[in-house]
Amino acid sequence: MQRCELIRQLLAILPPDSVLYETEDLRPYECDALSVYRQLPLAVVLPCTEAEIIEILQLCHRERVPVVARGAGTGLSGGALPHAQGILLSLARLNQINEIDPLACQARVQPGVRNLAISQAASSYGLYYAPDPSSQIACTIGGNVAENSGGVHCLKYGLTVHNILKLRVLTIEGDVIEVGAEAYDSPGYDLLALLTGSEGMLGITTEITVRLLPKPESAQLVMATFSDLAKAGEAVANVIQSGIIPAGMELMDNLTIGAVEDFIQAGYDRQAAAILLCESDGMAAEVTTEIEKIEHILRASGAIKVEIAQDEAQRQLFWAGRKAAFPAAGRISPDYYCMDGTIPRKHLARVLSQIERLSAEFNLRCMNVFHAGDGNLHPLILYDANESGELHKAETFGARILEICIAAGGTITGEHGVGMEKLDQMCLQFSDAERELFLAIKAAFDPQALLNPGKAIPSLHRCAELGAMHVHHGQTSFPELPRF
Amino acid sequence: MSSILESFADALRQAMEKSQPLYIRGGGSKYFYGNPLAEKTIPLDVTGYQGIVDYEPSELAITARAGTSLQELENILAQQGQMLAFEPPHFGKPATLGGSIASGLSGPRRAYAGAVRDFILGVRLLDGQGREMSFGGRVMKNVAGYDVSRLMAGSMGTLGILLEASLKVLPRPEMERTLCFATTMERALEWMRSYATRPLPVSATCFSDGRLYVRLSGMEAAVVAAQKQMGGDVEENGETFWESIRHHTHTFFHGRPILWRLSVKPTTAHLPLPGEQLIEWGGALRWFAPAEAVAANEVRRLATAAGGHATLFYGDRDGILVFQPLSPVLLRIHQRLKQQFDPAGILNPYRMYPEF
Repeated sequence: MQRCELIRQLLAILPPDSVLYETEDLRPYECDALSVYRQLPLAVVLPCTEAEIIEILQLCHRERVPVVARGAGTGLSGGALPHAQGILLSLARLNQINEIDPLACQARVQPGVRNLAISQAASSYGLYYAPDPSSQIACTIGGNVAENSGGVHCLKYGLTVHNILKLRVLTIEGDVIEVGAEAYDSPGYDLLALLTGSEGMLGITTEITVRLLPKPESAQLVMATFSDLAKAGEAVANVIQSGIIPAGMELMDNLTIGAVEDFIQAGYDRQAAAILLCESDGMAAEVTTEIEKIEHILRASGAIKVEIAQDEAQRQLFWAGRKAAFPAAGRISPDYYCMDGTIPRKHLARVLSQIERLSAEFNLRCMNVFHAGDGNLHPLILYDANESGELHKAETFGARILEICIAAGGTITGEHGVGMEKLDQMCLQFSDAERELFLAIKAAFDPQALLNPGKAIPSLHRCAELGAMHVHHGQTSFPELPRF
Repeated sequence: MSSILESFADALRQAMEKSQPLYIRGGGSKYFYGNPLAEKTIPLDVTGYQGIVDYEPSELAITARAGTSLQELENILAQQGQMLAFEPPHFGKPATLGGSIASGLSGPRRAYAGAVRDFILGVRLLDGQGREMSFGGRVMKNVAGYDVSRLMAGSMGTLGILLEASLKVLPRPEMERTLCFATTMERALEWMRSYATRPLPVSATCFSDGRLYVRLSGMEAAVVAAQKQMGGDVEENGETFWESIRHHTHTFFHGRPILWRLSVKPTTAHLPLPGEQLIEWGGALRWFAPAEAVAANEVRRLATAAGGHATLFYGDRDGILVFQPLSPVLLRIHQRLKQQFDPAGILNPYRMYPEF
């Protein structure tokens, strides 16, 4: 179908202000938060109702037009990168909280509702929505479902998949399915799990029923300073081995500490090799006891200083440093590239020293922040895109980090998704048979591969080509050539 | 172990050639669960593939082969002060890890800690063509590829032979205490919901025969503080009581020719059904033992109206499907998925639904 005919038909479904097609209107949608990948779609549609989306999908299915769904565009793996021959389906206008049922501890929300808005709306009932990705003021719950987003509290409270009960989903044919239930299980296969984290490849979510939790009575934070990163890693294992599951456990390395201190003066020790933040929440009496235990373990593990936040303001300040790590990277470097590998925690010290060696080899600085409780590592590679070749160097460095994560028994993505970014590493992590099964699952939902085509699961051809090229430490002979 | 694996793959390939349906058999403790097997189905015993592969308590993860005895696995965790927090029902000594995952059943702690699917980190399996594959991993967070690992939970052996699973484990609570209240079913349901909305360390609830039981788990300080708020009598045999609910050895489950399992929205009011009920999961799980003949359609209509579904857990089926039928679109997706994992349709056909 010709582009102008497609736009005409979209305008027959939607009001004029819901269809964008002029280049300057499309521009804001050309990338998500991984801005090294950019592509203009044929058109952007901004429907307000499920009925409109059904008509859009029926049109795209009939005319074989690819559909890329987008929430707030805060994703870090290029999952919402538009398709050149497709439309971009923004779900931002489906932003209503349909119902909060405090007694059932559930809320029914539309996909465009912001993550934090759910907790804000539930707050008056003493409830909240637990997963808290760092972008929670902006990212949408629909995007969280697509990526199975985590956050700093997921060791104790789980990922998105553990905190949603039911999805209302449209298939590419425009049929409505409901997976999961307001009950705690449902008959048949666990499609709720399969759809969560499927990166917009299997269906379009139009309503999410989330589980709400009672707000903890009390929360307290300990900050421990270490002169040795390996000791900090051991301290994390010692806390967990003692039978405590902290509400949050975050580790920062020296470069991060310095960048953060320059930015917001959180009171971190600039000389430290590592700073560990460890939070306890629960009933007041429990938190007091648990914090005492944590403090004792951290000291015994070799922390040179252990401070308990004296009041809520100091607790927030200690956290503010960690939460400002990404913008702090942006202040000390023109560009940064955020990685997202997960490793078994016991390999932390070894993996970080390998990253340090790579940093010297590539002559690029790398800050490390780490969701220490669940082994999720976020190396931030600092580079300057205006320097010729630096972006490519940063990407190669990043790819090497992911290979290290696989070799350590971990994974190439803990919470940011594969998107466009990690297609090549998918070839390394999974065998041909496993990737074939992924493609078959995709085909079971979307036989014509119209939903977010080309993302998340590499084609067998791409991996075969990569396998042939993957001879010199990931350095391919013709990096400028497009690979499919 | 590799020769056992090879024998499974051989069995699958031969079954494919002959279109011979197979019944994947673990310990057999949950044989009663699911639709009757198709005619001429032959068992494939998978218990030989057993043993702990990797367990590091400080990583909060254990990896074990599917034929591993569930009891043995839980004993090993207990020695390190850890547990499977979804409290899988055993229904008999021979229960295996694989059967526990395939049946997808979780025990009393489910409403508060999560279900078996919530604790699966990764699996290794043979698909219907005998191809060995791994998904997920041994780490807490992993979003590479579709979540095939969790899809295995509750798939009743219809998608592949589960070989190995990695599970998240949790520390056993420092203290557990069970409170008991004499009350009506209506009152008990109200209290269960009230507890759920407050930050209390509740880890199980059950109403049966005029009594509400509430288990508190956590640090001693939390359990004691919660007990002060909640009142009630302390049940001295709390641990035994929850074991009996978990494994269905409680008198409620004795000698029942038919047992229905209704999974409903937790705020559902008392369901008017002719017979006895036992309630768990803060109101979200209702076990129903009919006192008289009751139409399956009526049970399922009530469960559906309550936002859930009803399973004929055991008893004389008389042509009644064990699992609640799926909508046509969902059935189509199930059939297509089944086709991809098991193109010859040889793995536990009919066990879940007659269509595959």
